[in-house]
Amino acid sequence: MSGRAGPGAATEAALSHSSTAPARPAHHQAAAVVATALTVRLGRLPVLHGLDFAIPAGRITGLLGPSGSGKTTLMRTIVGTQRIAGGTVEVLGLAAGSAALRRQVGYVAQSPSVYPDLTVEANVRYFGAMHRKGKADVAEAIAAVGLEPLARRKAADLSGGQVNRVSLACALVAHPRLLVLDEPTVGLDPVLRADLWDRFRAMAEAGTTLLVSSHVMEEASRCETLLLLREGRLLAQLTPAELGRRGAAATLSRPSWPSSGNRKTATAGSRRMGPPAGSARRGWNNAGGCGDGYPDDARYCTAGA
Amino acid sequence: MDIRMMLATARRVLSQLRHDHRSIALILVVPALLLTAVYFLYENETLRPGVPRTFDRVGLMMLAIFPFVVMFLVTSITMLRERTSGTLERLLTTPVHKADLLFGYGLAFSLMAALQSLVATAVAYWIFGLDIAGAPGYVVLIAVINAVLGVALGLFCSAFARTEFQAVQFMPVVVVPQILLCGLFVARERMNDVLEAISNVLPLTYSVDALQEVAAHTEATDRLWQDASIMAAIALGVLVLAALTLRRRTS
Repeated sequence: MSGRAGPGAATEAALSHSSTAPARPAHHQAAAVVATALTVRLGRLPVLHGLDFAIPAGRITGLLGPSGSGKTTLMRTIVGTQRIAGGTVEVLGLAAGSAALRRQVGYVAQSPSVYPDLTVEANVRYFGAMHRKGKADVAEAIAAVGLEPLARRKAADLSGGQVNRVSLACALVAHPRLLVLDEPTVGLDPVLRADLWDRFRAMAEAGTTLLVSSHVMEEASRCETLLLLREGRLLAQLTPAELGRRGAAATLSRPSWPSSGNRKTATAGSRRMGPPAGSARRGWNNAGGCGDGYPDDARYCTAGA
Repeated sequence: MDIRMMLATARRVLSQLRHDHRSIALILVVPALLLTAVYFLYENETLRPGVPRTFDRVGLMMLAIFPFVVMFLVTSITMLRERTSGTLERLLTTPVHKADLLFGYGLAFSLMAALQSLVATAVAYWIFGLDIAGAPGYVVLIAVINAVLGVALGLFCSAFARTEFQAVQFMPVVVVPQILLCGLFVARERMNDVLEAISNVLPLTYSVDALQEVAAHTEATDRLWQDASIMAAIALGVLVLAALTLRRRTS
C-alpha cells in the first residue's frame, strides 16, 4: 500500500480492516489463477495454444471439453507438474509450480493416486502428514467423502467410486486454498455426486477456489464460471446460464475472436473467445446439430435448449 | 529435510510391506533357507587340517549378498509402483522434500534389512556353527549398509523402467555382475586386469572384502572401516542420483 499511502488509504484501512491489500492490478485480486498466452507442449506435440483466462478466487470454475481437448494438461500446468512452453500462469500470485504453492494447491488426478495396499485412514494420514495435518484433519477429510464406515479397509478392497473418494480425501486433508479436481465424480452414484457438489459449494463459500473438470452438463450448471476447451484452445469463458442461452440461440456457432486489445480483460465472468476457424462449425459450437462424433456433445448442446 | 515427513514415509512403506506377507517371507525367511541350502551343499566336503570350511567363507558372503539382492528387488518394484500409480507425482505436488521420500524409503528398508540380517546371522551362527574371528555385530552392520545400497540402486533403476517386468530385468544387469565379480567365486587378485578393474568399482566388492576382514580379525580393522565408508559413500551417491530422477515437473 505504500505506493498509495495517504490520508485516504488510512481512512480506508480503518473502515474496512483491509490494510494489507496488495498493490496489484485490480483483476488479480479477484483471480486465483491468471493465464497469459499459455502454451504447453507434451514432448513435441502442442497441446495448449496460447490460452488467456482468469479463474476467480473463492468460486467453482468448471473446465469442460471433449476427451483429448487438453483439460488434464491444463490442470497439471496449474498444479505445477507440467512444464510451460510459452506464456505464463500465475497461481495465487506466484508462478505455477513455485515451492510455496505446494502448501496451498491440492490436486486430485483423474485416476485415483492412492496406495491400494494401505487402509483408507493410512492413505489420508500419510498425505496429511505431508502437510503437517493431524488426526482431526484426517477424520474430517474421511467424513467429508462419507467413508467413515470404511476407514479401516484397504483401498484395494473398495469399489472404483470409493477409491476416487479416498483420493479426494487425500487432497481435502490439506485444506488447500486452490483445489484442482480432474473428473472427481466419475463412477459416483447421483446421490453421492450431489453430496460432493454440496461440499464443493461449501468449500467455495469458505473461500476455497475450485477448478473442476467434468463431462457432465448437469455438473456444469453447478459451477459459477465455465471454461470451454477444445483442441487446446479456449472457446469461451462464461457462466452456465450464458452457456444455456448461447446454446439455445446458437451464438456459439458464430466465431467471434476478440480484438487483441481485449486480451487484458480476461477476467472472471462472460468473455467471448471465438474458436479457431477449423473447428468453428463443429462440436458444441453447433447447437443445431450435435453429431460431432463424441458423445458429450449432445449433453452440452441440449443443456440450453 | 523434515524429519516428520521422513518418518511418515518410512512408516507408510513399512505398513505397505506389512500387508504383503509374501514380501515379508522373502525378506526374513528366504535368506535363512538359502543359507541352509549352502550349508548342506558343502556338508560332506573333505578338508585338509587347518583349512576353514567352505561354508564359513561362502555362507558369510551370502549374508552380505542377500540384503543387497532382496532390497534391490523390493525397492525397485515398490518405487516403480509409486511412479506408475501417480502417487509419486501427487507426493511431489506436496511440500515433501525429495530427501524425505528417499531417506524414508532407506530407513524403512534398512530396518527390514537389520531384521533379515539378525535372522540370517543367528541361523548361520547358532544352527550351522559359523566360525569366524570377528563379532557378529559387524556382520549385521555390513549387511545393513548393503541393504541401503540395494535400496539406493533400486530407487535409481526404477526410473528407467516403465513396467514391473522391465524393473525385474535390471536384476541380471545390475545385480548378477556384482555377485560374479565380488570375490565370491574367484578371489579378486586372481582375476584378469579388466575384470579386477570392473570389480573395483562395484559396491558389492567392498562388502565382501569387509566381511573377509571381519572373518580374519577379532577386532575391527582400518580396512573394514575403509570398506564400510566406501560402501556408504556409494550408497549416498546413488541416492543423490535417484533424487535427480524424481521430477516435480514433466516436459
